[in-house]
Amino acid sequence: MSVFAFLIGALSLAAAIGVVISAKPVHSALFLMANFATLAILYVLLDAQFLAAAQVIIYAGGIVILILFVIMLIGHDPADRSQQVTWPAVASLVLGVILLASLVLQLTGRLELGGGGGIASGGSPSAVGTELFTRFLLPFEFVAILLLVALIGALIMGRRESGEPVEEPVG
Amino acid sequence: MDSNNLFLVLGALIFVVGATGVLLRRNALIIFMCVEMMLNSVNLSLITLSRMWGNLEGQIFVFVIMAVAAAEVAIGLAILIAHNRHVRNINIETLNLLRN
Repeated sequence: MSVFAFLIGALSLAAAIGVVISAKPVHSALFLMANFATLAILYVLLDAQFLAAAQVIIYAGGIVILILFVIMLIGHDPADRSQQVTWPAVASLVLGVILLASLVLQLTGRLELGGGGGIASGGSPSAVGTELFTRFLLPFEFVAILLLVALIGALIMGRRESGEPVEEPVG
Repeated sequence: MDSNNLFLVLGALIFVVGATGVLLRRNALIIFMCVEMMLNSVNLSLITLSRMWGNLEGQIFVFVIMAVAAAEVAIGLAILIAHNRHVRNINIETLNLLRN
């Protein structure tokens, strides 16, 4: 299992790097979908079957599709690369390396904290559901309210103001 | 190397890649995707830790994080579209309305 996990993890990391370095947003979105899919495979390996299914449905099926629709509406921004000055790019790379170094420093020496472990009932939908509707019922209800508020907020944000002119089709 | 540690290291690496992407790119949509990726790497760490401790609390956290990410995407993309209606591009260099 470890070799398989290593391969899938390497694929996931490669897709993550692809998201950052792709020139076109569409390619980034497709790499993002690859990243989400490989992470879902890792979730199955980690006894989280319910979350793997939720990952595929919510992220790959919902969020990436939403992002692709927005790319379709807004389109490609040709100024993304050309306007870029070089020193902010260098500074951000340096900051990324500093973040990586601090994480490595924190992680080394502390990684012995747990061996195999494993959840007795696994992360099956019934186990997660039982936990969710007994001990974590109140957070679950708050999640419902949050999603409702987000829905209304997105509706208000996306609506055209009454005084605004109807936009002409471009191109 | 124990496979649990492998997953934790992978989560940290994907987080770093996402954070670097947020700093590096000027396209708001790609910054968005990098933020999603960072949320996902934390999800991976939480699921790994949940297995190490042998209970389901980490998985409940991940469930909540997924809902928050969905809400964030909906609002954020709506803001992007509203901004794009005014300025006609999504380069974050143009997001300087509060500067003056």
